[in-house]
Amino acid sequence: MISIDHVTKRYGATTVVDDVSCRLPGGGVTSIIGPNGAGKSTLLSMMSRLLLPDAGRIEVAGLDVGTTAGQKLARTLSILRQENQLTIRLSVRDLVGFGRFPHNNGRPTPEDRDHIERSLDYLDLTDLGDRFVDELSGGQRQRAFIAMVLAQDTDYILLDEPLNNLDMRHSVDMMRLLRGLADDLGKTVVLVIHDVNFASCYSDEILAMREGALIHQGTPEQIMTPEVLHDIYDVDIQVEQIRGNRIGVYFA
Amino acid sequence: MRSRSSTLPMALTQSVRKPVRSVPPSVWLVILGVAALALIIAFMVVGIEGSPAYVLPRRLNRVGAMVLVAIAVAVSTILFQTVTGNRILTPSIMGLDALYILIQTALVFLLGGQALLSLGSPLRFVIEVALMIGFSWLLYRWLFLGSGRSLHLLLLVGIVFGVFFRGVSTLLQRLMDPSEFIILQGLFFASFNRVDPTLLLLSAVVVAGLCIPAWRLRHRLDVLALGRDSAVSLGIDYRRTVTLVLVICSVLVAVSTALVGPVTFFGLLVSALAYQLCNRFHHAAVLPIAVLLGIVALVGGQLVLEQVFEFDTALSIVIEFVGGIVFLVLLLKGRVR
Amino acid sequence: MPALLHRPQRSLQHHRANRPAALWLAGGAVLLLAVVSLFIGVSAVSPADLFSGDRDAWTTLLVSRVPRTVAVVLAGVALSIAGFIMQLMARNRFVEPSTVGTVESATAGILVATLFLPGAPIVVKMLIAAVFAMLGTSLFLTVLRRIPLRTTLLVPLVGIMLGGVIAAVTTFFAYRFDLLQTLNTWMIGDFSGLIRGRYELLWIVAVLAVVGYISADRFTVAGMGEEFTTNLGLSYRNTMNLGLVLVSLISAVVVVVVGAIPFLGLIIPNLVSLLIGDNVRRAVPWIAVVGAGFVLACDIIGRVIRFPFEVPVGVIVSVVGSALFITLLVRRNAGAQ
Repeated sequence: MISIDHVTKRYGATTVVDDVSCRLPGGGVTSIIGPNGAGKSTLLSMMSRLLLPDAGRIEVAGLDVGTTAGQKLARTLSILRQENQLTIRLSVRDLVGFGRFPHNNGRPTPEDRDHIERSLDYLDLTDLGDRFVDELSGGQRQRAFIAMVLAQDTDYILLDEPLNNLDMRHSVDMMRLLRGLADDLGKTVVLVIHDVNFASCYSDEILAMREGALIHQGTPEQIMTPEVLHDIYDVDIQVEQIRGNRIGVYFA
Repeated sequence: MRSRSSTLPMALTQSVRKPVRSVPPSVWLVILGVAALALIIAFMVVGIEGSPAYVLPRRLNRVGAMVLVAIAVAVSTILFQTVTGNRILTPSIMGLDALYILIQTALVFLLGGQALLSLGSPLRFVIEVALMIGFSWLLYRWLFLGSGRSLHLLLLVGIVFGVFFRGVSTLLQRLMDPSEFIILQGLFFASFNRVDPTLLLLSAVVVAGLCIPAWRLRHRLDVLALGRDSAVSLGIDYRRTVTLVLVICSVLVAVSTALVGPVTFFGLLVSALAYQLCNRFHHAAVLPIAVLLGIVALVGGQLVLEQVFEFDTALSIVIEFVGGIVFLVLLLKGRVR
Repeated sequence: MPALLHRPQRSLQHHRANRPAALWLAGGAVLLLAVVSLFIGVSAVSPADLFSGDRDAWTTLLVSRVPRTVAVVLAGVALSIAGFIMQLMARNRFVEPSTVGTVESATAGILVATLFLPGAPIVVKMLIAAVFAMLGTSLFLTVLRRIPLRTTLLVPLVGIMLGGVIAAVTTFFAYRFDLLQTLNTWMIGDFSGLIRGRYELLWIVAVLAVVGYISADRFTVAGMGEEFTTNLGLSYRNTMNLGLVLVSLISAVVVVVVGAIPFLGLIIPNLVSLLIGDNVRRAVPWIAVVGAGFVLACDIIGRVIRFPFEVPVGVIVSVVGSALFITLLVRRNAGAQ
């Protein structure tokens, strides 16, 4: 479980995240949605200790994110940001191997190698293991970083806009993959996402933010209504039921 | 939320690179190790005129200074580049050596040259290094760990601090008594040819003492090289590690500046070559390779200049020149990120 | 796009009321500084001496003091405007001739002229320096175009490093040909040798500064990019070339006659922008006045701080200028995340 208590973040005079409190159950996929500048990524960054909140407290699986030792936290929670620009030259297998760092401090054991190969295999990267990361395509790169996170073997996986820069096919692949992480491996997946329909089709829970505040939390059925969506985005969105999923239509 | 859409496509356009070199780092280590050793021996024995008992200890002294400088510059540059996530930076570009010169100048200005000289070189060196750590720690901690500051801001401020330090040093030198200025000049226009043996021994101890924590950090440095976010996610105590690395860097720069004066592009030259030789990026391989490259460049360069071209002390200028060109090439290849 | 063009107009109306008075007041203050500057020097010249018709006093005034003061004002005005033009063209607040390699290139040019045409008149040397300055600046612009992810702060960073490389190459050759001392006179600006007959070249920069003032708006447009400029019916290439020639010539003349004065073209426009906003036409007179006043003040400080000796203005400006630059950098980036 992730619990967030009265968390606030300010930059100068602007409050980016404003007194947010909520509980996220363990397991499943949770999406954070909202318009630009709603504070979604900032909240996620604070959940993963990349940013320190100005006020409030966040616990992941009972560990206080602000005070728990980095390494201990790194065995519980991992974060993948959207920009993963490597300045160094690494093979895919090397990169995935870094995921084992919190467990082995850079001295790999046979068990670590198993983890690495399983992660590569899960993401269909075994054949690319010896290629350099900077030689991969965008989608492959993204998968390589997910494999690293997977090798980290944490119960909680946080992702900041994982669909950024991916085309339609790769976006669908990515969401199926995240769903699989939750369903097959029992991970708790939390992601920031722009597309409400992806959030609707693949999440168990949706958090909606606006202007720094958390304004709605619920299942896709509860969130995907014209009233709630209007509340979030200030846009009239029709919601249709298509093959069991609720789809918002906002193109016309 | 943020318009970072350019990041990924940019990375894609850069993906066309040379094929992987198949020579593993261990082979390079052996080759460079043998080359470094051979050059050191050659430097000791080639062209001895007069009594070996007189020449050898002097040459040993010079070779020792070069080896120490190579280690200090190579290690500090690699560490610094890893922490800043940028391959075209060196601690001296960030004004660290200018800071050292300012500290020396200020000491002469405030205490007087005679008083400073009477302290003896070990004590003086210890005081200078302590001040150096103090100031650079304050300055770069403020720059690195202040919230929301971009790397580029940090670099630019660092460079301008370098200009500032140099300006204040020049100003103080102009304001001081001419006789004091001569003492000061004697202090920092040291070269490989006249290094104080006591200072050399002291530097050797300091460098050895710093290489141990640097080596123990090697795995954590590999993780740091992935960038701040990934490093934090993988459980690195970012703040502590960066601070530690900066302290190591500032002392190493103090040592090398004390021995031979400022060298701006040498570290860049060595690190750029080391990255090219290591087909995979691991500090365990990059650090020793960079050090050996540094020794080969300094000792080999001095040997060639002395024996072939009969120059005397121009080595540092030649290295600056070559290092500067390497830098330009790196720039033009678009490796600045 | 139109919004960008109209924005400054609004601020013009907003400030129109206090404009002429404040500018005249600032001009008066500069005039006062200029008068003070006339009466500072080793041989005492007082207003009373002049009124009593003291021949020596009049000679000192006309041969040494007036030329020096005029030179200070001209250099201050022209360098500040040159910096402003660069900033408009590059659409970057942190560029100026000494942060993009222009000054270093000009210095390299004088070195080449001194080596190959030692007997040539100073005008020829100046022209060679100007050609080098243009080449250097063009190189910078070329390098810039090849760098992915051009952030505001990366631009001056690359420029300063490029300048460092050019300076290293220059130093190498200066060392080889025993011209290091001569090189220093160009690298550190100094007005002390400027008597009648040695400063007149600086009048060229006055003309160039006026041209810069008249065409300031064009540079703003050109800074918006090639398509934008063409769309407005202006030749992008011609405008950029004009700017390049202006900036390079101004830098070359000042380096030849006075020596380098770092950061001046960067601080003054930034200060003015903080004071009165970003309207180009309105900013230029202010930049001229503040620039002249700043250099006058620094030159006066340099003359009195260790009287009767002089500290070169380049040293004073590098201390004051880099301190101000750091403040500007941190301030401008404090709020921006």
